Amino acid sequence: MAGVDFTAPVTKELEDAGVVAHNTRMGVILFVVYVLFYGGFMVLSAFRPEVMSKPFLRGVNLAVVYGFALIVAALVLALVYMKACRKSK
Amino acid sequence: MIHATSWIAVLVFLFFAGSVLAISFYLGSKAKSASGYFAAGGGIHWAVNGVAFAGDYLSAASFLGICGMIAFYGYDGFLYSIGYLAGWIVALFIIAEPLKRLGRFTFADALDNKFNSRGIKLAAAISTLVVSCFYLIPQMVGAGALVRPLLGFPHYVGVIVVGLIVTMIVTTAGMVSTTWVQFIKGTMLVLLCAFITVLLLMRGVTTKPTDAGGNEVRILKRGVPAVEVTGAAGATVLPEEGAWKDKPYLRVRSSAGVVAVWHKDGDLLSEAQTLTVQKDGRRLVNGLPQGKKEGEADLAPVGYASKLPGGVEKTGPLNPFGFLRTMQKSEVILWGSDKIAEADGSATTVYYQKPTAGADFMAPGSSPTFKKVRSKKLFDKLDFLSLMLALFCGTASLPHILIRYYTVKDQISARKSTVVGIAAIGFFYVLTLFLGLGAMTSGNLDVTDSNMSAPLLARSLNEFLFAVLSAVAFTTVLGTVSGLIMAASGAVAHDLMTSFMKLKLDEFQKVRAAKIAAMCVGLLAICLGILFAKMNVNFLVGWAFNIAASANLPALVMLLFWKRTTKQGITAAIVVGMLSSLAWILLSAQAYKDVYGLDPALAIVPFSQPAIVTIPLGFLVLVLVSLMTPRPEEQGKAVPAHA
Repeated sequence: MAGVDFTAPVTKELEDAGVVAHNTRMGVILFVVYVLFYGGFMVLSAFRPEVMSKPFLRGVNLAVVYGFALIVAALVLALVYMKACRKSK
Repeated sequence: MIHATSWIAVLVFLFFAGSVLAISFYLGSKAKSASGYFAAGGGIHWAVNGVAFAGDYLSAASFLGICGMIAFYGYDGFLYSIGYLAGWIVALFIIAEPLKRLGRFTFADALDNKFNSRGIKLAAAISTLVVSCFYLIPQMVGAGALVRPLLGFPHYVGVIVVGLIVTMIVTTAGMVSTTWVQFIKGTMLVLLCAFITVLLLMRGVTTKPTDAGGNEVRILKRGVPAVEVTGAAGATVLPEEGAWKDKPYLRVRSSAGVVAVWHKDGDLLSEAQTLTVQKDGRRLVNGLPQGKKEGEADLAPVGYASKLPGGVEKTGPLNPFGFLRTMQKSEVILWGSDKIAEADGSATTVYYQKPTAGADFMAPGSSPTFKKVRSKKLFDKLDFLSLMLALFCGTASLPHILIRYYTVKDQISARKSTVVGIAAIGFFYVLTLFLGLGAMTSGNLDVTDSNMSAPLLARSLNEFLFAVLSAVAFTTVLGTVSGLIMAASGAVAHDLMTSFMKLKLDEFQKVRAAKIAAMCVGLLAICLGILFAKMNVNFLVGWAFNIAASANLPALVMLLFWKRTTKQGITAAIVVGMLSSLAWILLSAQAYKDVYGLDPALAIVPFSQPAIVTIPLGFLVLVLVSLMTPRPEEQGKAVPAHA
């Protein structure tokens, strides 16, 4: 079983440099998308708090809706990432 | 508040703890290898690992701290939920796969994969230990907070019980039993909270809440004309002198000699509650000895709406949007507190009513932690921005989360289990807002202890539910603490002893070293849990995130994305990030107030959350040191492009 000898080289998965590059790029793109969305929340909360307390969707204020949206967006982007990632041959 | 001991809760907890220990011993008898101990042999199914992520991550702080903060202050607690979840995005998109590709047991492995540097191993191991200890404190404090109302035992008993059980779990089967404990706990916690949320929405909101026995909760008096209080037969108004001077309180001594405190709202008075701790440790509530017997008094349960939309007394069942809308348009009695040091050495805490409009508490900035976000000064907003940054960057830097990537077989499984983790954790965090607001209006809160809000909400619905939820919460502590102790023992046995000190240990000795390390960390956790008993657990977790993000994130990210990164750069970034954030925290206003008991105004650093300064500092140090040292390829090994 791996790990019997701590000093042995790490057994690497078979990986294709092209696949790793593609997956890394997808990760970075989706990360930037989320950072912008999260950054928007931080900036609005800190600098326009009055906007956050206005009703936004079905009478619920923007602070709550934006908060839920950040949670849902994390899951949606995670699923997009799973679909977009390639498998090593 | 004195809580009645719930024997059902004790039985349910004993059942959970017993099952968990039985599973541990069973798995322990099967797993003997180092790989089995540290990484469950890499053989955990991704779906199980995903739920175990939730079990690992949804700590006592997430559960008790966030619900408590929402119940006491409103939306601000939910900011933690948002930040904690958003952090998973960093973990999934940036960290998960490379970490799985590069490492084997600990995150020091991954950092050191390119360099084989003892400096990195030492720095990463120390940072793992520091972060794990900081994260352990709130978990242990949470355990103590739970056991007091459950068993009627003092705080330290809870801390010791959890410490012992967890050490047993970790030392029997390491990561295998830890994973299954976290899986069971994650599943139970999410399902139970979903069930409570459904019951809560079916109950709706009322201005006259009842307890589990159907008895109406006492509504504390408000809007009482001063003459009614001062003019009562035998009443004497005490002078506003000493520490009571210039305070908005009126103290009235009754003919029986008992002093009641009222809060002045203009010309009218509202009933306040007081808890006095005398010099000899005796506790008085509203001037009487604390207790449930004749001639004794206890703090009244609090937390109810004072006005509902349309002036109704009861809303009836609500859908999720309807519930949030109702809360926004209601007025709720929140509670403020004020500590007064008396001349005779006793300390009185006055709890006073603060009717608060939903529009106020349903937006950021209603809690003491985040109130500065509503300030006009840019500098005041930095604390908020810094914490949100720390939460975002901290998750992917927490060693006990990172080691979970080594329990699955490959990168695809790492990815899939993260997605399952995000789904379970995200769903739970959506529920926290409902649970917190539900507790806020449950009529059953303990005004002295926000951490008890979620279990007390369950008690307001059903006594058995309270028992199960308390037991699950206790198991929650077990799951997270075992993950933390696992990470810390791995850092000691694998990174420090084997990799750094180059001790020649065979497999049996390595596992034994890790188990001894786990016992030491368990003992340390017990001591820390007792020392920090008084702090809000969620705030402490915020600190752990700050340190983790400052110490580990710059090194992890730059290693992956900057070819010029050198081993000296990584070591320096970890050391500087860790020390600067730790020093900042220890010199902050919050530490002055809660840890040393000093005047927060004396604090040296301008705000309490360091991340906004110390994360960029970590990156800067890494870049500067890397540029000042020879390129990695000149030092022997090259860093490939997509490392």
